[in-house]
Amino acid sequence: MSEKLSIVLFSGTVDKLMAASILATGAAAMGKDVNLFLTFWGLMGFRKDDWKTNQKMSADFAEYAQMAGEAMVQHKVPSWRQTLEEAMEVGNVNIYACGMTMDLFGLKLEHLEPIVKDIIGVAGFVSMAEDGQTLFI
Amino acid sequence: MQNVTIAKESDARGSFCPGPLMELIRMIKGGTVGEVYAIISSDEGSKKDVPAWIAKAGHEFLGSEPFEGATRFLVRKAK
Repeated sequence: MSEKLSIVLFSGTVDKLMAASILATGAAAMGKDVNLFLTFWGLMGFRKDDWKTNQKMSADFAEYAQMAGEAMVQHKVPSWRQTLEEAMEVGNVNIYACGMTMDLFGLKLEHLEPIVKDIIGVAGFVSMAEDGQTLFI
Repeated sequence: MQNVTIAKESDARGSFCPGPLMELIRMIKGGTVGEVYAIISSDEGSKKDVPAWIAKAGHEFLGSEPFEGATRFLVRKAK
C-alpha cells in the first residue's frame, strides 16, 4: 500500500469538499501522509469563514441539492471543515494553497482558514505527491 | 467476549462514516495499554473499517457482535 495520498481539490461545492475531507480522514486514520492542494474553487472554499455559509452543490446534480442539504442537517453530519480538523488530529495532513490561484484572486495566506499551512506552486505539489497516490476532486 | 472487562464504551449510533471510527480512535488514543474499549456503530461501513484500522494501528481486535440493530466492536489497546 502506498504510504501517501495527495488530493488536488479543485471543486468548492460542499458535496465534493465533503468527499475530499472524508477521504483525507480515512487515509490519515490508516496511517498515510495526506497532502491537500487547493486550487481554483477548492481554494475559494477555504477562504476564512466561507464554509459557514457555503451551501453550493455540484450543478450536475442540482435536482438533489436541497434534499442532500436537508439530509445533512437532519442527520447532524459534521461539516467538511470539522471532518478535516479531525483528519489533522489523527494523522499527518498538510493543506497547501495554489500560488497561481492566490495571485489570480488577490488572496494572501491570512485570508484563508488557519488550517492552510502554506502557499506552493504546481511543481512543489508534484514533488510532494511523488511516489504516492494522487486524486483530482 | 462476555468475560472481558470494558474500560470504556462509546455509543456512536447515528453518526455517519467516518464518525464512529474517529470516535474509536479518540478513545484508544486517550486510553491505557492493555485495556479493552468498545464502540457501537450503526454505520455499515464500520464492519470493514474498524477491523482494518485496528490491524493497521497495531491493536488487538477482540471481535464484534450485533447490538440493538447496530454492531458493537471490542478492541484491546496494544501499544
